[in-house]
Amino acid sequence: MENATINSQNKGLEEPLAPKRTRLEEFWRLFRKNRLAIAGMVFFILFFALAIIGFGLTRGSAPILNPAMVRLQDKLRPPLALPNLERLQPHEVPKLGIYIFGTDDLGRDVFARMLQGSWVSLTVGFVAVGIAVLIGIFLGGIAGYYGNRHIRVGQLLAGALLIMGAALLISRLLWAGSVLLICGAACIFISRQMKKALKRDPRSAAARLWYFKTLSIDTVVMRFVDIMLCFPSFFLILTVVALLPASIYNIMIVIGLTSWMGTTRFVRAEFLSLREQDFVAAARALGLNNFRIIFRHMIPNAVAPVLVSATIGIASAILTEAGLSFLGFGVPPPHATWGNILSDGKRFIFDAPWLTFVPGIAILIVVLSFNLFGEGLRDVLNPKLRERH
Amino acid sequence: MISFIGRSIVQKIITLFFVSIVSFLIIHLAPGEPSQVDPLNPKFTREMVERFRAEFHLDKPLYQQYLYFYRDLFSGKTISWKDNQPVFKKIWERFLNSLPLFVVGTILTWTISFPVGIRSAIFRGGIYDRSATFFSYLLISIPGFFFAYILIIFVVNHFHVPVIGMETFGMGDTAGFNRAMDRIWHLLLPSLLGATAGIAVLSRYVRSQMLEVEGQDYVRTAKAKGLAPDQVHYKHALRNALLPFVTMFGLILPGLIGGSVIIESIFAWPGMGRMAYEAILARDYPIILTLNFVSAVLVLIGTFISDLLYLLVDPRIRL
Repeated sequence: MENATINSQNKGLEEPLAPKRTRLEEFWRLFRKNRLAIAGMVFFILFFALAIIGFGLTRGSAPILNPAMVRLQDKLRPPLALPNLERLQPHEVPKLGIYIFGTDDLGRDVFARMLQGSWVSLTVGFVAVGIAVLIGIFLGGIAGYYGNRHIRVGQLLAGALLIMGAALLISRLLWAGSVLLICGAACIFISRQMKKALKRDPRSAAARLWYFKTLSIDTVVMRFVDIMLCFPSFFLILTVVALLPASIYNIMIVIGLTSWMGTTRFVRAEFLSLREQDFVAAARALGLNNFRIIFRHMIPNAVAPVLVSATIGIASAILTEAGLSFLGFGVPPPHATWGNILSDGKRFIFDAPWLTFVPGIAILIVVLSFNLFGEGLRDVLNPKLRERH
Repeated sequence: MISFIGRSIVQKIITLFFVSIVSFLIIHLAPGEPSQVDPLNPKFTREMVERFRAEFHLDKPLYQQYLYFYRDLFSGKTISWKDNQPVFKKIWERFLNSLPLFVVGTILTWTISFPVGIRSAIFRGGIYDRSATFFSYLLISIPGFFFAYILIIFVVNHFHVPVIGMETFGMGDTAGFNRAMDRIWHLLLPSLLGATAGIAVLSRYVRSQMLEVEGQDYVRTAKAKGLAPDQVHYKHALRNALLPFVTMFGLILPGLIGGSVIIESIFAWPGMGRMAYEAILARDYPIILTLNFVSAVLVLIGTFISDLLYLLVDPRIRL
C-alpha cells in the first residue's frame, strides 16, 4: 500500500511537466523570432559556401576561373557583358561565357577576382578572431581562476632576469645577456633549494623574503590589458604590417594579436562569477583537478559572450583587412582581395563604377550579416536582454 | 578622493612606462632598418649609411637607443629622421589641420545620435525604431573608404562642388563668403565620414540607456501621477539616462590625435593620420613613437578624467 503511493508519487515527479525542449531547440525557437538575425545567418552561410567554392575554382596553375588572366582586348567591360569572341585567343575565353561583374582596367574578370578575394576575407576573419579568442580565453581564464594567487619575489626575479637576458641577447649584447640568462636559471635552482629550506625551518628570513608575495596574477594580466588598450589599434596594426614582409598570414596574426583585450575582459568577468558558484565548488569537492574544472565545467558556461564578441570580431577583422589592402598593404598584388579590387578601381570611379561598387557592396553585405548574426546571438544567449524586448 | 587620485596617477605613470617600452620594442625588433629604406638610391653609399646610423644612434645597443630617444622626447629635442624638423613642430602643424575635422565630427556625432537614440527608445519596437536600428547596423558595417566614394560621387554629381583637399586650388584671393563656403564643403564630407561609426554606436547606446531607465519604478510612478509624457521622458528619464555619457567626455580625448588614416588619404587632407601613414612608410621612427606616446598619454588622461567625472556626478560612488 505504502509502496504503491511512493511509486505513484515518484511517477508523478518523473512525468514531464511541460513539453521538454533541448537547448538547441529552445535556442532556435528564440532565434527564429529575430528576422534580421536570420537574414544575417543566411548570408553568413552563403558567404561561407561561396568562399570555399571560390577557393576551389580559382586556385592552382590552371584554375577554372582565372583571376589573373589579362585580356587587354576586353578591358573595362560593364557587368553582364559578353566576351569579344573574335578578338580573344581560344585559351583566353572565360569559361562562364559572360563577365558577371564586368572586367577591370587590365581586362581581368572581376567575378573571378571577387571569388578569390572572398577566401582571403573568410580566412582573415576566422584565423584572426581564432587567435584573439584563444589568447583571450587563456589570459582571461588565468586572471579569473588563478587571479587571487600572488607572484612571489623569487618568481619575479627569475622572470625579470630571463626576460632581460633575452632582450640583451637580441640587442646583440651576447656577454651580458648570457650572464643574465644564467642568473635567471640559477634563480630557478635557488627556489628549489628554498622550498627545502622552508620545510626545514619555516622562519628562515631568506626563505620568507624569497616567498614574499608581490602582485596578484589578476593585477598583472589586467594591467597588461590596459597597456595594450593604450595603443590606437588601426595605427598599431598599420605600423606592424608595414614593417613586416607582405603576406596574408602576417595580417591575420597581427590583427589577432591586437584584438584579444575585449575577450580577456569578458572571460575574466565570467570566470570570477562562475568560480564562486556551487557547481564549481562541487566539482572541486569531488577532487577534480583544476585543468578539468576549467575546461569541462567553466569554459562551456563562459562561452556565450565570447561567441557573440567573436562573431562581431570577425566583422571588424574583415573591415580592417579590407582597409589595409585598400591602403596597399597585405597580399602582394597579383592576388585579389576585396580591398585591393576597390583600391585599383577607384581611379575609374566615374567611368567604371562597378569596380568600386561590387567589392564595396560585397564587404558591406558580409560585414552586415556578421554583425546582425552576432547581435541576434547576443539577444538569445543573454536572458537579461531577452526579457526587455 | 585624494588617495584615489594619487593612486591612479602612479598607476597610469607605470602603465605609460610599459607602453613606451612595448612600442619601442615593436618598432625596433621588426625586420628591416630605416637606413635600408632606399637601397637603390645611388647616393646611399656605405659611408652614408654608416653616418646615418651613427647620427641617430642606430649602432648603439637597444637599451641605449631607448634612453636616448626618451631623453630627447622629454627635452623636446626629437627630430624627424626624414627632414630634420623638430617632431613636435611637425605634429603641431598637422594637429591644427586635423582639429577642425575632429571638432565638426564630434559635434555631428553628439547632436545626431542623441535625438535618434532617445526617439527610438520612446517609440520602442515601432517602425522608426526598427529602421533606426537597421541603419545603425548598416553604418557600422559599411567600409569607410567605400562610403567615402559613394558620398564623393553623390556630392560631386548633384552639387557640382569639389571636395578633395582642404580647399580648392587657387581659391587664395577670392572673396570671403565664397572662400568660407568652399572650406565648409571640403570640411563636411571627411568629418561626416569620421562621425558615421560614432553616430551608429552612440545612438544604440543612448537607446539602451534610455530603455534601462524607462523600465525603472520612478518612471512608472511619474507616468501614474499623470505627468505629461514629455515631462516624464525628458525630465525624469533622460536626466538619469545621461549619467554614463558625462563620463564619455573623457573618452573622446584620444580621438584628438587619432585622425583616420584612410579618410585623410582619400580626401588628401594633410592631417595627423596622413602624417602617421607617411612616417610609417618612411620608417621615420621618432614620429611614429612620439605619436604613439602622445596618444597613450591622451588615452590615460581620458580614462582618468572619466573616472573623476563619474565620481563627481554619481553620488552612489564614494571612495
